Amino acid sequence: MFAGSSRGTTLPGFRTTMTFTVVYLTAIVIVPLLTLPVKSFSQGWTFFAETILDPRVVASYRLTLGTSFAAACVNGVLGAVTAWVLVRYPFPGRRIVDAMIDLPFALPTAVAGITLTSLYGPKGWIGQYLSQFGIQGVFSPLGITIALIFIGLPFVVRTLQPVIADLDRELEEAAVSLGANRTQVIFRVILPYLYPAWLVGFGMAFARAIGEYGSVVFIAGNMPMKTEIASLLVITKLTQYDYAGAAAVAFVMLLLSFALLLALNAMQGWSVRRLGC
Amino acid sequence: MSVNVATASSPRPAGVGLTEPWLVRAGLTAIALLFFVTFLVVPLAFLFVEAFREGWKAYTAAIVDEAALASITLTLIVAAVSVPANTVFGFAAAWAITKFDFRGKRLLTTLIDLPFAVSPVVAGLIFVQLFGRQGWFGPWLQEHDVKVIFAVPGIVLATIFVSFPFVARELIAVMEASGREEEEAAKLLGANGWQTFRRVTLPNVKWAALTGVILCTARAMGEFGAVSVVSGRIRGETTTMPIQVEILYNEYAFQASFAVASLLAILAVVTLVLQTVIERRTRPVEDPPRPAELGV
Repeated sequence: MFAGSSRGTTLPGFRTTMTFTVVYLTAIVIVPLLTLPVKSFSQGWTFFAETILDPRVVASYRLTLGTSFAAACVNGVLGAVTAWVLVRYPFPGRRIVDAMIDLPFALPTAVAGITLTSLYGPKGWIGQYLSQFGIQGVFSPLGITIALIFIGLPFVVRTLQPVIADLDRELEEAAVSLGANRTQVIFRVILPYLYPAWLVGFGMAFARAIGEYGSVVFIAGNMPMKTEIASLLVITKLTQYDYAGAAAVAFVMLLLSFALLLALNAMQGWSVRRLGC
Repeated sequence: MSVNVATASSPRPAGVGLTEPWLVRAGLTAIALLFFVTFLVVPLAFLFVEAFREGWKAYTAAIVDEAALASITLTLIVAAVSVPANTVFGFAAAWAITKFDFRGKRLLTTLIDLPFAVSPVVAGLIFVQLFGRQGWFGPWLQEHDVKVIFAVPGIVLATIFVSFPFVARELIAVMEASGREEEEAAKLLGANGWQTFRRVTLPNVKWAALTGVILCTARAMGEFGAVSVVSGRIRGETTTMPIQVEILYNEYAFQASFAVASLLAILAVVTLVLQTVIERRTRPVEDPPRPAELGV
């Protein structure tokens, strides 16, 4: 009797909650997602291969991955600086800045999309100065990257902040007492310690950017082969009633983000192992 | 020993070699603030300036416009269905996962997070493949004259999908940390399951649940990609607020578009404020924010 209770098995409600969880999850998530591989191959392997190897589709994957990577890199550097400053350097208004970092998670993507498009457009506050230098802030890969920097901004900051806060001051002090200068402490003690978490934040920003639609679709301009992202191509194929084609493009996108997530999980495990010891 | 003295006596880094030179600190702070202002403050300010560009009258006119009001109503309806559904699911899933041991727990937790890893466009697409004209259940639905895609049920389903994990993952995190002893004690003292949940579990997790509900609501009301695939954009019938923003923008009705968008922006700011307030209430001041609601 007591053996059972110590395992927590005497608490009621397991069967009810578990059944509901599994049924709801299956109906809302699993079954709908299963349509993707099924539909992708509904017209045979050749159709699938031809669809995803079509130059326009390949161009959209390249553009999506390229701009997502560029945005994740910018967030990787500036997000790390922001996290460091927020934890280590007290300045007035820090709490407001800290609270506002999550804005891109809370702001609907369509709202971000129209705002950035007008802001960086030829008449916008920022766009008018860019166009003076001949830089096209909208309807260009640069515009897509700007939108992706916006939506990915919180990831690196939020993954690094707690790790920087947990950083053991004694580690730095020990390094100093052993004769290291600040540059050496930063590059040989602090950065190696932060690296795993940074990589996770970077990967999350990257993965999120690959699937992004709302914030990008307005600013991209959507010219085939030039500024057409993969998620837009899915919608284009759908409106042309090419369901199998849409599913094929989407399925590859899903596989890409899963591959990234698996890599992330592996990194997280590695990160925990490193920080644990 | 000297190390201990150093840590105890200096709450703020002052020791030589323990912080960066003044110039570096100022420089890094300037870079971070510039990044913050350019990418977060300026867009938010610009959004409201555009919304009020033609004055208060034009702003209110854009909001009491018939199509705009219809979109606000639909958005509220969609949230009113999907948020409670995902909240009930969140409690059920968290109870099953944190209070019992079973095989496949990790897999189940991963599957619950899955919608965050799926592109919003794909989230819409999969429901078209299920309930659309050529979908798995398409012929059956047509026979019985039920419309799911390009109708409200499709919008609700897509919204439930994209806002699926929020409540569950907040509750799982907190209930995992609080353990099972209190519930087991309640049971030993003679409480039934429902009493245990209401009197013991719920008070412990109410703030986490509230955070989850707030984030779920924000996502449900603001979802664009998934909804745009299943909406069909039938004016006054299947246009949620984000879709209305898109329609107006594409019709070059910029001021009206930004006016509706400003409502969603206010919702976002309220979300952030509530989130911060709850975090301050439940966490000691010194604690850093946890890697919050990351989308993946």
